[in-house]
Amino acid sequence: MQSKLNPMRENYRINKKSNHLALDILLVGHPNVGKSVLFSRMTGVRTVASNYPGTTVGYTTGRTCFEDQNYSVVDAPGTYSLEPLDEAAGVAVNLIDEAKRIINVVDATHLERHLALTIELLAQDKPMVVALNMSDEARHRGIEIDGKKLSERLGVPVISTVARSGVGVKRLIQAALAFPLKSPVAYQDQTGHPGHHPHIPRHSQKEVQHDHRHLVEEEVWSQIGAIVSDVQTLHHHRHTLGELLEDISVHPIWGGFAAAFVIIFSFAFVRIIGEFLIGGGIGIFGEPWIVLPFGTERLFDVAWKPLMMKLSNLLQEASFLHQLLIGTLINGEIDFSQSFGLLTSGLFIPLGVVLPYIFSFYLVLSLLEDTGYLPRLAIFLDNVMHWLGLHGYAIIPTLLGLGCNVPGVMATRILESRRQRFITATLISIAVPCAALQAMIIGLVGKRGIGPMLLVYGILFLTWMMIGLVLRYTTRGFLPELLIEIPPYRTPSFLALCSKMWIRVWGFLREALPVVMVAILFVNLLYVFKVFEQIAYLTAPVVTRLWGLPEEAIVPLLIGILRKDVAIGMLAPLELTTHQLITGSVILAMFFPCTATFVILFRELKLRDGLKAIGVMLITVIFVGTTVNFLLDFKF
Amino acid sequence: MTEKLLTELSSDQEAEIVTIDGGWIMQARLKELGIVAGRKVKKISRVGAMGPVIILVNRAQVAVGAGMASRIAVKVKSNA
Repeated sequence: MQSKLNPMRENYRINKKSNHLALDILLVGHPNVGKSVLFSRMTGVRTVASNYPGTTVGYTTGRTCFEDQNYSVVDAPGTYSLEPLDEAAGVAVNLIDEAKRIINVVDATHLERHLALTIELLAQDKPMVVALNMSDEARHRGIEIDGKKLSERLGVPVISTVARSGVGVKRLIQAALAFPLKSPVAYQDQTGHPGHHPHIPRHSQKEVQHDHRHLVEEEVWSQIGAIVSDVQTLHHHRHTLGELLEDISVHPIWGGFAAAFVIIFSFAFVRIIGEFLIGGGIGIFGEPWIVLPFGTERLFDVAWKPLMMKLSNLLQEASFLHQLLIGTLINGEIDFSQSFGLLTSGLFIPLGVVLPYIFSFYLVLSLLEDTGYLPRLAIFLDNVMHWLGLHGYAIIPTLLGLGCNVPGVMATRILESRRQRFITATLISIAVPCAALQAMIIGLVGKRGIGPMLLVYGILFLTWMMIGLVLRYTTRGFLPELLIEIPPYRTPSFLALCSKMWIRVWGFLREALPVVMVAILFVNLLYVFKVFEQIAYLTAPVVTRLWGLPEEAIVPLLIGILRKDVAIGMLAPLELTTHQLITGSVILAMFFPCTATFVILFRELKLRDGLKAIGVMLITVIFVGTTVNFLLDFKF
Repeated sequence: MTEKLLTELSSDQEAEIVTIDGGWIMQARLKELGIVAGRKVKKISRVGAMGPVIILVNRAQVAVGAGMASRIAVKVKSNA
């Protein structure tokens, strides 16, 4: 997950020692013009690309080879101008200074909207090439652009590209690297005379008079108008099915139905696919309708268990090594969900239970992302999000958080104000369960029936709303409103989908597997050295009195700091009542975010807001845990 | 020619932006998406009575939050 997990680390590097980053080619352009796909095509580096503005919030570095020489290429987040209004755009603008050459990616279907940035970039006096991307889509929409004329008008090479299929990419690289490192041919103004660059202040300079600025802007816009009318011809084209769907999905009534439909079906699909991959059963609730001889559970039972039983006999049950590798035998047998050895539960939890859900969640999310539905969903949720002091677009980081909190918290960079970022990130880290956690909750609580499972989800959702409401009234700062560009619907590209799935699933395995192992190692060491008895004694007042959990539940709570899925798994052998299980799952979901999220939370929010978020978390977990415990007691 | 607020337009109605009453940041954000005085827009739909207004500007769909939309004055041709 180059672009999702590492960029902050790299950012740090660029901020400190900016000259160390070799940056031969930088991709710059508005959000959602296909920079990441183009970057993938140029460098072969896999990226996460979607069909909504703001997919890339950090930058990714790659290399491209041209005439036996290696050049570094950097994919930057989208920006509308060189005066960034959000954090992600700021990352891009900071990179421009470092770049030796710029590829300005523009959307051929909406040329007039992109040229303002192009002209701003020309004023930077760097070698530059314009990539006229999505030129196939432009043709379908009856838009014809004369690249040659545009190139003459701008004074830089213009190359038509289709990043999705790779058309024009080679020519683009050639054009970018062909000309020597000097300024482009002088920009020609309207009259055709080689003239000066319209001066556009790079940073908001107070001394620049407002009137003057306004004048410059008007001039630029009229130039853009002139260029566009010169190079672009619009042909009449028929209304497509996609456009019909676009109309329906923003319709006040039909669009609402569509949103509800999409949400419900997405959750249902995640569950159906996930359960099928685990147990081979096809169905939604309760007993599956058909069970096929398939699934990770069966694989572990048939292929792994006999091997592990042999190892168990070899090691002798009472030995330390047996405890570490195999764990505790349940009725003389290995139980993958209860034994808790490194080679039993340590492999079964991440690979047997969580991986199938990671796969199914990201499959559904990726499809939603690539079609372009997410911004439309954001519009419909805008009103609700306002109650929480947010606007509709905050749903995108939140949905990403349902997969993994780390990219979720990072994606808050697409929000404009610090206050919104704080609220969204805090909500994600407390009340948005990641896919790994959900897989375990579904596995464990789902066994007690659909009711308890829905109750856990319901409590988390209510908590999410409540914290949002409270934070809205207790935080100060600017709350901007929703203002987003709605991309057209696009057919997901199979290749892009595969690459994104690979990054996310492999990212999970690479990041999670070692931590799961460490967590299980810790569990066993704690048990062997009886450390937990000490801690349990200290924390008993809260854990047993307020939350109604057995003393031993403190161990999963502590392990939850490392991995949430392992922690929920540890509730399995405790023989909890259904209501203890509900309380336990809710508390575990909210109590301290896992280490990875913790680090990202502080990195994104900085120390003060990070500490505030943790404070909110502690108050929430004690309050909600206690309330749920007493309410459930009251009810039953 | 009648002047209205963006929120008051009916669906499919076309109008031209006259003034935007907002601070520097709001103006800048709108400008990024091509929403500036003098630009022609067409209202496509509105989600709920208080929801964002969806407009077509420069052939692209943009969703504008309700509060922002109510500070954008437009002029409409003919009666309507």
